[in-house]
Amino acid sequence: MFELIGIPPQALFGQLLLGLINGAFYAMLSLGLAVIFGMLNVINFTHGAQYMMGAFAAWLMLGILDVPFWASLVLAPILVGLFGVVLERVMLKRIYHLDHLYGFLLTFGLALVIEGLFQWKWGSSGAPYPNPIPGGYNLGFMFMPTYRGFVVLAALVICLATWYGIERTKLGAYLRAATENPTLVRAFGINVPRLITLTYGLGVGLAALAGVLAAPIQQVSALMGTNLVLVVFAVVVIGGMGSIMGSIVTGFGLGLIEGLTKVFYPPASNTVIFVVMALVLLIKPAGLFGQTK
Amino acid sequence: MVGQMMTPSQGMIVAAAVAVLALAAPWFAYPVFLMTALCFALFACAFNLLLGYAGLMSFGHAMFFGMAGYFYGHVVKAWDMPPELGLLAGVGGAALLGLVTGALAIRRQGIYFAMITLAFAQMVYFFCIQAPFTHGEDGLQGIVRKPLLGGLIPTKDDRVLYYVVLAIFLFGYGAIYRFIHSPFGQVLKAIRDNEQRALSLGYEADRYKLLAFVLSAALAGLAGATKAMVLQFATLTDVSAAMSGEVVLMALVGGLGTIIGPVIGAFIIITMQNYLAATGEFVLVIQGVIFVVIVMAFRKGVVGEFSEWWKARRSGPRERPAAAD
Repeated sequence: MFELIGIPPQALFGQLLLGLINGAFYAMLSLGLAVIFGMLNVINFTHGAQYMMGAFAAWLMLGILDVPFWASLVLAPILVGLFGVVLERVMLKRIYHLDHLYGFLLTFGLALVIEGLFQWKWGSSGAPYPNPIPGGYNLGFMFMPTYRGFVVLAALVICLATWYGIERTKLGAYLRAATENPTLVRAFGINVPRLITLTYGLGVGLAALAGVLAAPIQQVSALMGTNLVLVVFAVVVIGGMGSIMGSIVTGFGLGLIEGLTKVFYPPASNTVIFVVMALVLLIKPAGLFGQTK
Repeated sequence: MVGQMMTPSQGMIVAAAVAVLALAAPWFAYPVFLMTALCFALFACAFNLLLGYAGLMSFGHAMFFGMAGYFYGHVVKAWDMPPELGLLAGVGGAALLGLVTGALAIRRQGIYFAMITLAFAQMVYFFCIQAPFTHGEDGLQGIVRKPLLGGLIPTKDDRVLYYVVLAIFLFGYGAIYRFIHSPFGQVLKAIRDNEQRALSLGYEADRYKLLAFVLSAALAGLAGATKAMVLQFATLTDVSAAMSGEVVLMALVGGLGTIIGPVIGAFIIITMQNYLAATGEFVLVIQGVIFVVIVMAFRKGVVGEFSEWWKARRSGPRERPAAAD
């Protein structure tokens, strides 16, 4: 086999695949954050906890009701999305008129409560979720586990579907209009508060969907989303929250950069995204795809 | 602020009572608990200087607090230098870290600022897990207490050290008071209230913001280094995102933008943690619940709500309904 600057191709492509998978999760989560921020003006700190809830919902449904993975892929996001809808109706909607800071603090507190309760009930060690499609393909230059390939494809489809829904459909047009000028959109007889609730439910559902997809790869544990959401914040700062496509590209791109760092200089793999963030702030403070302000 | 609601003589009585309480406290309460609480109180005040008076919410202040603890420990233990130099290294290191991260973070505003500081703090946290001098998960342990001022002040006795920590706290608190009431503090408030106006008046907002950020980082560093001196260890907990959240909670519970609020908030949270330590995860759950309750119902915090109630009481019953909302 050929070698690339002293790196065996197995390792290189293996890490690139891993990076692509991480990137898929960054993309799905930052997409949800961007959609929620656009409509609610709230940075949803609970995003990591809701991602974890998605994974837990799938794991619990499998354990208790024997619900297969493919059904969980639909049911878990709906359940967690409904939870998000309740959260929005009961709490978030009361603080929209306040500074962004309060939304951040409120959702941070909620994340502490949710993660603390899950940790108390199920511990923090984590539980395995059986791989729904075991096996894999030998691509010649690397071995590709089927499920991992499926995750990357599924994430791409989900991201593009979200982009299409928001940028190309009528409901998406209402949504974008309501982001720009809610009062005017209400004057046209569109129920904006309901639209906001739906948006939050959708964003939370996206996080939960990412959680279900992550369950067979990672351990299902109460704290699986805690550090992830912090990395996703950096992704959002790098990409800027103005553009849906921007979130997707940034998410996947940063995952790949992280994977490459793991090959060439492993100790920096945890911090490379933050270094990229610092560089972007130096060169283009509004973010790669962000509008100024 | 509490001082303005009372007549001067009432203010003197309160101040005297607080002074007596602070001096006599180690004979009634466990000194190490008091010292820890004072360190967190200074930390919360440093955070509040930035949020309350410059309008910048940092969600990554643990990086200054925790790193200063490591700097202190490394200088005192590995380099075997006197503790004064350790404290200095903690303050200086935190200020330098504040200069670098602050210069980048102030390039964005509002909620992005909070996210950027949070991300940098997470980067520092990952760095601390791997860097050899922090001893990773084990933490930097066994930083022996050495006498201060070349042997004049023995610090093995907790009660003696308490007065040292009290002095450090008062120094930090006094410094913050001076900043806020100086022309610099006035410019900061002007920028917080309307940045465009301050700019048009010729103030370079970014330089003022950066200076406030560095000062806040340095004082947070002083608190962190002092904590390492008291407890004789520095750990990953102090650089974690949870710690950044905790200091926000302390300032929020006490009252954002009040000078005494963060002190009261820190004492409330540290006391609560002390009593709930045995319940494990529930400390976090309860902290989360407090966040939610305060944001939903008591955004002014203990001091803010109290001073409102006090004003309403003094201004007579006719105006009382106005204070209800």
